[in-house]
Amino acid sequence: MISENQTYTGATSGLEVSMSDLMLTLPVIQEPKLSTEVIRKKLDTSGKEYWRSLDELADSTEFDTFVRKEYPSQTSVLVDPVSRRSFLKLMGASVGLAGLAACTVQPKEEIIPYIKAPEEMIPGKALYFATAMPRSGGAVGLLVRSNEGRPTKIEGNTDHPASLGATDVYAQAAILGLYDPDRSQAVYHLGEIRSWSDFLTTIMGRASGFASNKGAGLRFLSESINSPSLGAMMQGILADMPQAKWHQYEPARSNNTFNSTKDATGAALSTRYQFDKADRVLALDSDFMSDFASGTRYARDWAHRRKVSTDSTEMSRLYVAETTITMTGANADNRIAIRPSQFEAFVGAVAAGLGVAGGSTQGLTQTQSDFAQAVAKDLRAMPGRSIVIAGEWQSAHVQGLVHQMNAALGNVGQTVFYAASVDTNPTDHLASITDLALDMAKGEVDTLVILGGVNPVYSAPVDLDFAEAMKKVPFIVHHGMYLDETAALSHWHLPESHFLESWGDVRAHDGTVSIVQPLIAPLYQGKTMHEVLTTFTKKSTAEAHDIIKGYWTNDAKGGEVERMWRESLHNGTLANSGVAVSTATPMTAATSASTGAAEGYDIVFRPDPTIYDGQFANSGWLQELPKPISKLTWDNAAYMSAKTAKSLGLEMCLNAKGGDYETDVVYIEVDGRHVEAPVWIAPGHPDDTVTLHLGYGRKKAGRVGNDLGFNAGRIRSSKAMWFASGAKIRKTGKTYSLAGTQIHFTMEGRNVVRESSFEEYKKNPNFVNEEPSPNKDMSLFPKYEYNGYAWGMTIDLNSCIGCNACMIACVAENNIPVVGKEQVLKSREMHWIRVDRYYTGAAEDPDTYFQPVPCMQCEDAPCELVCPVDATSHSAEGLNDMVYNRCVGTRYCGNNCPYKVRRFNFLLFQDWTTPQYKLMRNPEVTVRSRGVMEKCTYCVQRIQNAKIDSEKENRLVRDGEIVTACEAACPTDSIVFGNINDPLSRVAKLKSDTRNYSLLDDLNTRPRTTYLGAVRNPNPEIKRVKATRESLLEESA
Amino acid sequence: MTPTNNTAAVLDAPKISFDNVPIIAHGHTFDTVTTKISQVVLKRGTPNWWFGAFLVGGAGLTGLLFALTVLVFKGVGIWGNNQPVGWAWDITNFVWWIGIGHAGTLISAILLLLKQDWRTSISRFSEAMTIFAVACAGIFPVFHTGRPWVAYWLFPLPNTMGVWPQFRSPLVWDVFAVSTYATMSIVFWYVGLIPDLGTMRDQAKSLFVKKIYGALSMGWRGSTRHWSRYETACLLLAGLCTPLVVSVHTVVSFDFAVGIIPGWHTTFFPPYFVAGAVYSGFAMVLTLAIPARKLFGLEDFITTRHLDNMAKVMLATGLIVGYAYSCEPFFGLIYSGNRYEHFLMYNRMFGPYAPFYWTLVLCNVITPNFLWIRKLRSNVVALFIIAIVVNIGMWLERFVIIGISLTRDFLPSSWGGFKPTIFDIMTFTGTLGLFLTLMLLFLRGLPSIPMFELKAMLHADGLGIESEVGTFEEEVVG
Repeated sequence: MISENQTYTGATSGLEVSMSDLMLTLPVIQEPKLSTEVIRKKLDTSGKEYWRSLDELADSTEFDTFVRKEYPSQTSVLVDPVSRRSFLKLMGASVGLAGLAACTVQPKEEIIPYIKAPEEMIPGKALYFATAMPRSGGAVGLLVRSNEGRPTKIEGNTDHPASLGATDVYAQAAILGLYDPDRSQAVYHLGEIRSWSDFLTTIMGRASGFASNKGAGLRFLSESINSPSLGAMMQGILADMPQAKWHQYEPARSNNTFNSTKDATGAALSTRYQFDKADRVLALDSDFMSDFASGTRYARDWAHRRKVSTDSTEMSRLYVAETTITMTGANADNRIAIRPSQFEAFVGAVAAGLGVAGGSTQGLTQTQSDFAQAVAKDLRAMPGRSIVIAGEWQSAHVQGLVHQMNAALGNVGQTVFYAASVDTNPTDHLASITDLALDMAKGEVDTLVILGGVNPVYSAPVDLDFAEAMKKVPFIVHHGMYLDETAALSHWHLPESHFLESWGDVRAHDGTVSIVQPLIAPLYQGKTMHEVLTTFTKKSTAEAHDIIKGYWTNDAKGGEVERMWRESLHNGTLANSGVAVSTATPMTAATSASTGAAEGYDIVFRPDPTIYDGQFANSGWLQELPKPISKLTWDNAAYMSAKTAKSLGLEMCLNAKGGDYETDVVYIEVDGRHVEAPVWIAPGHPDDTVTLHLGYGRKKAGRVGNDLGFNAGRIRSSKAMWFASGAKIRKTGKTYSLAGTQIHFTMEGRNVVRESSFEEYKKNPNFVNEEPSPNKDMSLFPKYEYNGYAWGMTIDLNSCIGCNACMIACVAENNIPVVGKEQVLKSREMHWIRVDRYYTGAAEDPDTYFQPVPCMQCEDAPCELVCPVDATSHSAEGLNDMVYNRCVGTRYCGNNCPYKVRRFNFLLFQDWTTPQYKLMRNPEVTVRSRGVMEKCTYCVQRIQNAKIDSEKENRLVRDGEIVTACEAACPTDSIVFGNINDPLSRVAKLKSDTRNYSLLDDLNTRPRTTYLGAVRNPNPEIKRVKATRESLLEESA
Repeated sequence: MTPTNNTAAVLDAPKISFDNVPIIAHGHTFDTVTTKISQVVLKRGTPNWWFGAFLVGGAGLTGLLFALTVLVFKGVGIWGNNQPVGWAWDITNFVWWIGIGHAGTLISAILLLLKQDWRTSISRFSEAMTIFAVACAGIFPVFHTGRPWVAYWLFPLPNTMGVWPQFRSPLVWDVFAVSTYATMSIVFWYVGLIPDLGTMRDQAKSLFVKKIYGALSMGWRGSTRHWSRYETACLLLAGLCTPLVVSVHTVVSFDFAVGIIPGWHTTFFPPYFVAGAVYSGFAMVLTLAIPARKLFGLEDFITTRHLDNMAKVMLATGLIVGYAYSCEPFFGLIYSGNRYEHFLMYNRMFGPYAPFYWTLVLCNVITPNFLWIRKLRSNVVALFIIAIVVNIGMWLERFVIIGISLTRDFLPSSWGGFKPTIFDIMTFTGTLGLFLTLMLLFLRGLPSIPMFELKAMLHADGLGIESEVGTFEEEVVG
């Protein structure tokens, strides 16, 4: 994919660059002793024909010797005719990379540019390639921007069902994952760097044994696999070696949905939802908006159903009953917090209200049963237009009741669909890992191959004691992107390639297949899972590309092959590849309810909202991304309600540094295992319940992710994977500092987020502008005139779900640095757009509102007036431009900004030295140094690109042609950008909406960014907890 | 010949009303004035206390240099400033030091024009204080920037980069106000020193010292023409300096008044800031004069009359400041009806930083009222304590206005806090060290009281009765 050897015709220099570069990327075991004299002589004689005769050269004995001495790891590669090609290709890639890395330092030798330019590549012009990010249970289709061969930004693929153009935080942060310098870069054997061929030799030796004993004692452990080709490969291996076993495990994947959807034949079904057709949604402990595989799509569908205008006659309604605080719960019209031990009873009550028997309703409070009744009544009124969805962590009993409720409401076939699982081998993960651990402990496992970064030492249920069991296995191979906890205990470690440097294929949540195509040659020595598994097949070696292409074009003929292949790569999806909807109905007999509450506290385990199950622990972007509800960064915590904290005598105080919470540390004991965790007091959290997020407390995540937070997995056993009861909690007397980006959560009676209920909105569509705005002509200075474009933005608070995708998209697009926990404690985070979160109402039953705040690009900007050096000035199109190299850093503008969107480089926050990060950055955005102010620019680089394109075609920029990074990532289309001088643009139309208002309009700054007021549609029959003096939301401190 | 005994006699005499306390103690002649003041400088051997104080000042100065070096290498992030609180101790210190400087200019310019004779003894001293305070103040606007090496871009220096000040910004006005102020203060001070430098040249025994003072006195011979030019120049400079007393702190207050942050955006800041500046300036003069007159035995020239007058100025300006404080809650809580102003006052009084507010009220509003009591005005210990308290109070006032207003402004989501780091503290104490060092060098190296002016007063008042020497001019020069 990166250039062939045409890059350099100055032959000698070309090779030298490539060699030195290879020395950086390839492991060097021996000291390189051989001088390049021999090679040089050879090259001198071959002269200009070098580029054409590299293969020839490579065949020569001198070159062979050179490579053998210089790169022993590649010796076997060179011998093998197929691998040799990949070696040369890698060298070619290195040549290309060397050219790119040499932006500032030019080689001293004469170099000559491309004689023959690679197809479609125009320096300075970005290219976009379709690929997909594999996820457990699905995939997110992506379009990846490539600048001169370097992937720099991820956008959603509008043709992909899980994306429709949007992305979530994990997809946006994948760019940083690719360039992570902490990724494993070599093959290791017992801690020493070895070559891939060494591994091949070893594994071939063992493979002969498996051929004779049918794979007895051979075990594979992977995550669930939704790559059809990989699944087929695995099945082929298992067919060859029937004694071998394939285990699957993911810490954040529940087996409950799997168990509940088995139909009569025993095959697992997956449930799909069409939220864009549902007017009533009941989420039972389901955080469907942040679902790992399909959250982006579901959030989009849900939000689109909810768009309101003055013409709307009805509005959808979301009920959420949940055991913790989630983003979905924060967006509910009516929400109820229920502790886990009472949850089944609540579901039973709703089910009973819908005529579904089998649930118990024991122990419900009056409020809870009233809520259940009101919900049931409302759902019954909308047959076939509602969705009842249960979180996958809820028990099989709850899942069973939910299937029946959907059936009873006539939703199946309307809004709820069943289809065969997209996994190639649906498995009960808990049972699978338990089997494996038991077999290992019994000594029945001879060879364990851990694939695709599964990290059971960290993530397996603690009672399985996986690390101990591993000691009984004589041969363990670990394949993963990091030298993690499991790699440390394995005999061999193979580096995994990132999906952006791999060939692969993957099914989305609805079955649509995407080809995963690499944007860059592997930066390190990464191997895909395909390539590793090939060593267990009869084929000696194969390229992942050939495997994938072969698999999908198997049935095509002749010219069709190429056409179909290219089309699939271009579109990012394979035509008609979805999994058909099944007519089978899920198992209807609900398993019996579990027994009621035990003494003590309930514990809820959940994947972390930003680093998930820990696989993203080493991503600084995701660590610094505030958790959607708590706005906590760099840590997890024991979330509990204020009442529970008070009864335990726990406190969370605010320190003066700016973002620094000093909080009590609690000792939590479950079944004799314990963990210590800092407390976070969370409004709306059920009482006597503590939520612990997984993914923290890593010891070998990398330099970023090590030793952050605590490992909730230490009290998570196979008996209580998602909920534990009977926990004992006590105060330790220790305190801990937590870094939050927002420390004050109420609006203090200020008109910041303007909201209304749907009923009120129908009566008063102009509810956002009840206070008169000041006269717009009050400025001392003359008004600006905009004869051309006038850029503006609207943000629909009714659609914003607070997912933070815009924040991380902005980080990726605008080269925003990570500052680290110490600096967040001092309130110095650098995000150009932030998502503010406000509560209203009582602490037990708050309403939550999200408000993304980028720069307002004010007409009368307070920042412009006070800058002494004109470093922030008004553009002819109404932007507040920031001129970084003119800024002296007085911070006056930041002080005077009423929206506090300006960010100052107090120290050298940007990493200027790590070479990988140099490749990662967007070349169109200045990398800011220390001492200058920065802020949102409305992605001015994108504006300029679109203007250049339009000027070449002698036309105006079309509406929607410029998409800011935040707008592109937004799953719910709540951000709209455009030209407000064009009355037909979407943004101009939205600005004339009755819900349009300016933030802090009484200051008369006349912002270009305006908001559309939020409208909620609560059920009037459900009584809310009255905010009393005690329960009034006070500052969390 | 030394007048010490006489002085002691005066001080031991029964208390009389201050109005009758002479500006110069009885019994002084031209000669004693010259000797007493010039010998502070010319006498060989520096007193031990001076070295002790210099050690303290030097330690602070070393800390300042260290803190600023780290700052240049690492960035302003070594301070506690953060996202809502972009300005904290840095600008607080700047305003505080600038304010302190005001006393000198007021004494030397306005009181000169108003023909307040008593100013004579303390004028040079306080002018020096002004210059040193401005020097300390000047450090902050330069080093608080993210890139101090380009801070010169605030000056309108023609260049090829196209960088030019943005004249709507109060920071640019500040640059002009403060640089004019510094220049004028230095020129005025130096011009005023010239006749005394001539005296020093003539009094010095060592040739080396003579040469130094000779060069510094720029050929002063004390001819009538010299005196005539000198008087004109002084009058002109005093006239030029007078508006600066008002303008500098007015412009400094614009830094805040022009901003839109609640707690900053206030129209009465200019008079409020000027009164506060004079208030803190006099407090600082007292803080320095009280120990200095004792240590150098200059009680004859800085008498209780001076202390009393300065205390009265402090009382008057303190009351103005107190009035301003009472206006703020009136406008904020009652009159404006603005929810942000309302919250600001509430937050100052009852928010997380309330102790700062109430301490400042105690220091600046309650404390000066003790000065109504005549006995306290004559009690050097009490005056010294009150002056220190007022200094602290005025520092707190600036911090409350600048820093605390920023912690909680319009959007509650962006509220924050501020906590100083060790570098904040080192930078501040460092400027105190710098100030002390400069002051000590001044006291040891230059006549801290204008000899010729005192002598003119002796002459005018007919106090030089025991003088047997000839003409006034001769005496001044000789």
